[in-house]
Amino acid sequence: MKILIVDDFSTMRRIIKNLLRDLGFTNADEADDGNTALPMLKSGKYDFLVTDWNMPGMSGLDLLKEVRADDNLKTLPVLMVTAEAKRDQIVAAAQAGVNGYVVKPFTAAVLKEKIEKIFERIQ
Amino acid sequence: MGSMSKHETDHQGLDAEVTDKLKAQATQLVDQLNAGDYAGAMTVINDLSEVRDQSLYKEVGRLTRSLHEAIRNFQIDPRNAEQSEALSKMTDASDRLEYVVQMTSKAANRTMDLVEDAMPRASAMRDEAAELRDEWQRLRRREMKPAEFRALHARIDTFFVSLNADASATYDNLSEILLAQDFQDLTGQVIQKVTALVKEVEEHLLSLVVMASHVDQITGTVHETPVDDREPESAEQGVGPQIKASEREDVVSGQDDVDDLLSSLGF
Repeated sequence: MKILIVDDFSTMRRIIKNLLRDLGFTNADEADDGNTALPMLKSGKYDFLVTDWNMPGMSGLDLLKEVRADDNLKTLPVLMVTAEAKRDQIVAAAQAGVNGYVVKPFTAAVLKEKIEKIFERIQ
Repeated sequence: MGSMSKHETDHQGLDAEVTDKLKAQATQLVDQLNAGDYAGAMTVINDLSEVRDQSLYKEVGRLTRSLHEAIRNFQIDPRNAEQSEALSKMTDASDRLEYVVQMTSKAANRTMDLVEDAMPRASAMRDEAAELRDEWQRLRRREMKPAEFRALHARIDTFFVSLNADASATYDNLSEILLAQDFQDLTGQVIQKVTALVKEVEEHLLSLVVMASHVDQITGTVHETPVDDREPESAEQGVGPQIKASEREDVVSGQDDVDDLLSSLGF
């Protein structure tokens, strides 16, 4: 299971990486925005994408749309972990095809639950 | 007479000294007009407009001084000795806020270093304790051969030694994590100073705007309102954390709200 974590703050990437490792996912790469992440996703055979929303360069929502528009990536599970908390935004993310939405600040338990739910639905 | 009524609207912004002068001169003007002394009246009108100009200059001068003061106050107070040297070098808000970002990031990384250092030790202790507990149960059930017992004996000895070392190392990590939280104090002070400065500058700017509108009123200047061509905050790009989320209808108040909303959408 190869995971890509996209967030512009290295601390948040590190927190998510640690939590994922606790959940048994040890193979995770990092990117700091959509523009960096997209080429990695296209060439890297990732199984799961965890992305922030508000980032300089390409936002997480745009990254999600790019992923869904790409024939090779469109089924990639995407979990959004973000401080964006407007109802409209959550609806927009859902319409863009997000698989899960975790609002910051979050707990390890919430992240675990959402990730497990995503994989349950896929299997 | 037009300028008279303007002065009345300015009344609140004027010194008592000025208003007293105005009142006295206005009375004098009326008296002179009633007495038919038009030349004297013209002189009083001149004096009046001079008072107006002077109070205007005075007000602008006062505002300029306080604005200047506000900008000067923004420099870090060098008497604050215990503030780090880095602080004293900073002269503007963005540097100060950048310092907050650095401090918080340093503290977060320091904490995570210590946690990552402690976690493998804690899990090794847990695993060894679990195995020893199982062995111990075997011993109590008398399922253990003498050679196995000797091995267990040695293992427990080793475990106690490493338990002591690991627990004290973990304790050290925890107390360093505690210390790493001092960033809240330092960054809190910086943010409070910046906030106070922003408020102060805001107040001074507001008085400048009020002052400028008075000047416009007196001189009869009309400005074209510039078109606001700033990009509106875009929900597409993201707007960051919501402040006072609980007071807003269009914002979720937490993960439960998100889950409810998503399940209402069929998730």
